[in-house]
Amino acid sequence: MDVTRRTFGRLTAGAAAAALVPALPAFAGADPVQEAIMAFTGGATPAEGGIDLTTPEIAENGNTVPIEVSAAGASAILLLAAGNPNPGVATFTFGKLAPNRAASTRIRLAETQEVIAVAKLEDGEFVMVKNTVKVTIGGCGG
Amino acid sequence: MAKIKPRVKVPRSAAAGEVITIKTLISHPMESGQRKDKKTGELIPRRIINHFTAKFNGEVVFDATIEPAVSTNPYFAFDMIVPEAGTLTFEWVDDDGSVYTTEKKIAIG
Amino acid sequence: MKKAALLMAGVAIVAGAAMAGPGPDGDTLVIEGQEMVTEVKAPEGHPLDTIYSGWRFRKDETQALETDDFENPAMVAVDYARDLWEEPMGASAKSCADCHGDVEDSMAGFRANMPKWNEEAGKPWSLEHWVNWSIETHAEADPWKWESPEMLAMTALIGLQSRGEPMGVQTDGPMAEWIEKGKDLYYTRVGQLDMACSQCHEDNYGQMIRADHLSQGNINGFPTYRFKWSGLGSLHRRFSGCMKNIRAEPYKRGSDEFVALEAYLASRGAGLSIETPSVRN
Repeated sequence: MDVTRRTFGRLTAGAAAAALVPALPAFAGADPVQEAIMAFTGGATPAEGGIDLTTPEIAENGNTVPIEVSAAGASAILLLAAGNPNPGVATFTFGKLAPNRAASTRIRLAETQEVIAVAKLEDGEFVMVKNTVKVTIGGCGG
Repeated sequence: MAKIKPRVKVPRSAAAGEVITIKTLISHPMESGQRKDKKTGELIPRRIINHFTAKFNGEVVFDATIEPAVSTNPYFAFDMIVPEAGTLTFEWVDDDGSVYTTEKKIAIG
Repeated sequence: MKKAALLMAGVAIVAGAAMAGPGPDGDTLVIEGQEMVTEVKAPEGHPLDTIYSGWRFRKDETQALETDDFENPAMVAVDYARDLWEEPMGASAKSCADCHGDVEDSMAGFRANMPKWNEEAGKPWSLEHWVNWSIETHAEADPWKWESPEMLAMTALIGLQSRGEPMGVQTDGPMAEWIEKGKDLYYTRVGQLDMACSQCHEDNYGQMIRADHLSQGNINGFPTYRFKWSGLGSLHRRFSGCMKNIRAEPYKRGSDEFVALEAYLASRGAGLSIETPSVRN
């Protein structure tokens, strides 16, 4: 069979995952972001491309950061904030009546960090994108 | 804090097969569990909306599992194809077990 | 004086010119199809040439939230106020609606002229004073706290009925003395940091103070939804916070000082469209 980059990735990841299974408890808690991604993908390493994440370059205030994510053909999208006390933000699931598999929301970011979106596509593949969002400390309170 | 109240923006009618944008919000403090009471120094317990589902004529269109990193007054916007006339139902689930719902009808025209 | 001098050097004052920083942006504010005046020739006697709404100093994402009444997070509170408007209150068991009818009609333009002279009280009143007077006198109910969810929601709802109107406080007659008092307060240095309002908002508007983009401090958007507060807040809360930043003992909400300052600032911003309830950082 043709070994495409994706297939190769799945084979490798699959083999790697299989090799890792007995060792998993030792890795538990090592990197909560990686853990969350792996839990969502079942151990597969997501590919790049095919997912758009719109975030501001600089957030005016970290407690309300508007974001939009879309991935054509996605059945679900996982959103993570790598620098927050807990990386989980939300998991979106789309039904058949959702045409463009996209959603907008507002999130809290504790500090400058990467916002990560991982999409599970209907064909079983996973794709991922990471954006850095700068979060500033305002100079003037009140 | 004012009552916990859903707000949704849905067109009243659409052509069959048209794609519409649905905007939703619920007024909720989304207490993350990270904040401390200024007077006592105690952690204010977490209390958030942890789940949101939008269905059209009973079929799930959009579903969100929500963590404390979603902002106060959680806002979600998404698109939907309108296959026929029907009812959109929206449901929000609170950590404390409360369930808030609202619905909107869409006509074809 | 030395500390103040060092501080001034740090803030890099360019007296009057204040455009070394990013300055106000060039965006146009259209809310629900209605274009707002966010830039206007300064009123007579104003030290600057042009005055700008605070909206012009915010990032695009923040600005966008104010253009649509669903996106605007303050509208949750406005909805609450619409419910309150219909609720019977106090010993009278009357609701606002019983006397005032539709808020759109009875409150149209009311907020645009705040603070408004009250003959009986012998002083100008902020919108919150008017609301509480009506609640106590007419509805025979307990007044609302200045920063309570009810008062914030109601002043936002009433303010909304002036949206798009030019801000225009009365400046002559009995108001003149109060505006003069407010002007005094505006230019008086206070607190441990020994700073006056003018040093940021007149001398350095448009510049960055750490990561915040300094506005001219106009008040056409209050009460405002601030991200920092994750909610609505009153003008006097904002004054109070600014004073605390300067490590000064803030005046109380509803105090003569804050009402005078409000009157002066309203006169400084004359002509800007009311944007209540606005969205700010």
